Amino acid sequence: MNPATVTNWLRTMLFLPPESSSVAASIDHLHMFVILTTMIGSAGIGLMALLFILRYRHRGEDLAAGRAPETQKTTPAWVEWGIAGGLFSLFFAWWVIGFGQYVRVRVAPEDTYDVYVTGKQWMWKFAYPDGHHSISRIYVPAGRPVKLILTSRDVIHSFFVPDFRLKQDVIPGRYTTLWFEAPSPGHHEILCAEYCGANHSTMRAELVVLGPTDFARWLQRGDGSTTTPSPARQEPTIATELGPSQPMSLVRLGEAVAAQQGCLRCHTLDGSPHIGPTWAGLYGAKIPLQGGGELTADEAYLTESMMDPLAHHHAGFQTVMPSYLGRLRPPEVAALLALIKSLREVRGQDVRELSLPPPEVTPPAGAIGQPTQPSLPLLQPIPRGPDAPLPATQGLPPPGAQPWPPMRGRVDVGADGVQGDEKR
Amino acid sequence: MSAEPATEVVAAPLPNYLEAESGVASWLNTRDHKRIALLFYVSVLSMFALGGVFALALRTELLTPERTVMDAMTYNRMFTLHGVTMVWLFLIPSIPTVFGNFILPMQLGARDLAFPKLNLISWYLYVLGAIVTIAGMFAGGTDTGWTFYTPYSDSTPTRVVPVVIGIFILGISSIFTGLNFIISVHTLRARGMKWSTMPLFTWAIYGTSIMLVLATPVLGMALALVGLDHALALGIFDPSVGGDPVLFQHIFWFYSHPAVYIMILPAMGVISEMVPTLSHRRPASYTAIVVSTIGIAVVGFLTWGHHLFTAGISELDAGFFGVLSMFVAVFSAIKVFTWTLTLRRGSILITTPILYFFSFLFLFVFGGMTGVALATQSLDIHWQDTYFIVAHFHFIMVGGSVTAFLGAAHYWFPKMFGRMYNERVGTVGAIAVFMGFCLTFIPQFLLGNLGMPRRYYSYPAHFQWLHVLSTGGAFLLGGALLLTLTNLLFALKWGPRAGDNPWASRSFEWLTTSPPPKHNFATTPRLDYDPYDYSLSEEECRARALAR
Repeated sequence: MNPATVTNWLRTMLFLPPESSSVAASIDHLHMFVILTTMIGSAGIGLMALLFILRYRHRGEDLAAGRAPETQKTTPAWVEWGIAGGLFSLFFAWWVIGFGQYVRVRVAPEDTYDVYVTGKQWMWKFAYPDGHHSISRIYVPAGRPVKLILTSRDVIHSFFVPDFRLKQDVIPGRYTTLWFEAPSPGHHEILCAEYCGANHSTMRAELVVLGPTDFARWLQRGDGSTTTPSPARQEPTIATELGPSQPMSLVRLGEAVAAQQGCLRCHTLDGSPHIGPTWAGLYGAKIPLQGGGELTADEAYLTESMMDPLAHHHAGFQTVMPSYLGRLRPPEVAALLALIKSLREVRGQDVRELSLPPPEVTPPAGAIGQPTQPSLPLLQPIPRGPDAPLPATQGLPPPGAQPWPPMRGRVDVGADGVQGDEKR
Repeated sequence: MSAEPATEVVAAPLPNYLEAESGVASWLNTRDHKRIALLFYVSVLSMFALGGVFALALRTELLTPERTVMDAMTYNRMFTLHGVTMVWLFLIPSIPTVFGNFILPMQLGARDLAFPKLNLISWYLYVLGAIVTIAGMFAGGTDTGWTFYTPYSDSTPTRVVPVVIGIFILGISSIFTGLNFIISVHTLRARGMKWSTMPLFTWAIYGTSIMLVLATPVLGMALALVGLDHALALGIFDPSVGGDPVLFQHIFWFYSHPAVYIMILPAMGVISEMVPTLSHRRPASYTAIVVSTIGIAVVGFLTWGHHLFTAGISELDAGFFGVLSMFVAVFSAIKVFTWTLTLRRGSILITTPILYFFSFLFLFVFGGMTGVALATQSLDIHWQDTYFIVAHFHFIMVGGSVTAFLGAAHYWFPKMFGRMYNERVGTVGAIAVFMGFCLTFIPQFLLGNLGMPRRYYSYPAHFQWLHVLSTGGAFLLGGALLLTLTNLLFALKWGPRAGDNPWASRSFEWLTTSPPPKHNFATTPRLDYDPYDYSLSEEECRARALAR
């Protein structure tokens, strides 16, 4: 019998799923070694005890009387030390192999294909470097190392692909990474392995490995934004609702919405005065109110002004703006907010000609009420290069960064649309 | 069976502790450690039954991949309540408060624990904690799992606070019990009893007590912070306001990993006591058992990080925690070999307790070695948070602790009540418990290998047949436990008189009458012999121990 047959048979006996990643086979070999030793060890001890119990059973001896002194002998210390040393050596061998594998599994090679993964109750979202997005299904190329950069919107989730023997907790407020290489095309189940609320068990997704040509074609077709049905509750995203022909950043979407809805007829983007307040430098500024007082122009204020312009009217402007309540969909509001936020550094007339600033990505609605530093965005590209720190080892966002992401009772603006532009 | 009444040595027969006083008040106001042990016995068994009902409800739900009998949130609450009940209301108090309370003072040769009133307060606190926890369950319950992982436990719509307060109170009860045992061991040992001749069960309870006293405050802190986080949105573990959810995992497991040893060390103590007695032979190495008890109590505090291998801790951390975890396995293995070698050249009474020892041995070794497998980092990645983990810790907690608890219940039954259970029913019960247990949890190992995550209300259909097997096993296990309980309850009233020392032990607790008198011994015993030396006759031991 050749070794492959034996391991295949063992794999079946141990109910192990298919080995679909580059590390699965070696992890399974250690698994078999460890479990076989465990079975032999426990069966051996059990058998030994059983034999002793039967061999030395009570046979009518008067137990109240003293027994022969030689029955009371103790085991010499060297036996105990030998057992301890032998077992420790065995366990240490497991550790050496297992720790080596662990380090290999945890430290990604350079030149990976990176996918940004967001977990939220109760779905998985994927953003690709070229601006594609998908929900509940991730597409990756075969035969190439893929690195997932994972974070969570709300509570801890865990990204588990049984066929790959890989799992990584997905933690709000920090990034973790998981890399793998799938040698051949196929479909694999993704399960959430950390309890995350009522629908934890439906937080499943699919990992699709495509051959190099199929993957290139998939990227070309640009249909990554079309979501696929999943057992999880589907939530609309900006990408699906607006259905852009190409993936767009939120800021560019905001431009389109502003033009479409006629915002630009009254508001300017470059600081020049017009019928309404200019959007340049508006975000985070103190707004003098008609009738006294002032307010900070944060997401809450800006959204309110779109929906109910008279509620807190900017002093010095005519009360002519109509309400956009019911006319703007939530993703459009989000896009407008992103546009306005991106213009916060644009000052007065200094800018002759509107050139869209580099899409500075701000945390989604995370900084309500506080003027913020440009802070660590969702799915910000990780610094590349050999010396770049891995986000997983950083733990918390760098100093000055806002704690991210927003969690309860805040506008779910999402930064899903942001990624594409930065890479172009 | 030697049933020589102690009246030959003791001048006048004393009424036993059950008959010394009567009336409900005499129980509720008792300071007698044996009566308090019985109060705990009834309490923890009720909680065990409650947790068992939860378990059967869970297993019933898991018969089909989608809804069977309850909705998702009910299921999620149910597994939380199962965990909370079994861990804090049953397993942690079980052996120490029942058998520790009853046996430890007698093994020391003492009239009672050092602080009898504190002992009673422990029980009242336990009852209060249990009431608050159960009230919290009825008032909506919580769905976080017994681990209360943040930030989910900060934001869950269910009621975390009452359950957390209940566990907090139970923690105080644990600390009081632990302190009482520690101080009793230090101050109440019989004349002549050295640390090197102290009975092994007492050693185990002593080690457990030290862990209880050191670890429980950390649990109290972790749970208090979770409760405050949930009630007041303090955000201590909430990353959206700068908190750190992984910090909670470190604090929680700093308690809860030692808690595993708080559950298993007393079980090991029971086994270390049962095996020499029933095989009428000195332990193969007294020193090895004591050293490994201390070893587990110390190393148990240094292994918590192995719960975080997939949480994003550093590789270096993972390496250290992996090695440290293996030390626990080595210490446990030393015990296992010592018990097994103790059987050699024994004269073994093949009775129900020895059957429980045998199933303990197999289940504990298998469960323990899967623990080392889980501490092997690369394997843990696949197994973490799957049914493999579930099966592993049930092997330790049910296969280990509960089996030893049942063994102790039979072994000390004649001591506590003076009567003998039905041996045949006891045997059938022990075998059925073992088979039901294996049928429940071996399929769960396989489910874990397949990749079935824990705490799943619905699951992919290809896992179903293993779930059905597991559910079948759970009902068999439930039936076997019920049979065992019935057998013991029946024996309380109708069991034949057991005599003072049915196992022909040489240990202090068996040298007095069964059931013992209110203050245990008619005279103050002294120990000038090795309590595990079976080359001495029982009569000689009794004479030397109880001589005036």
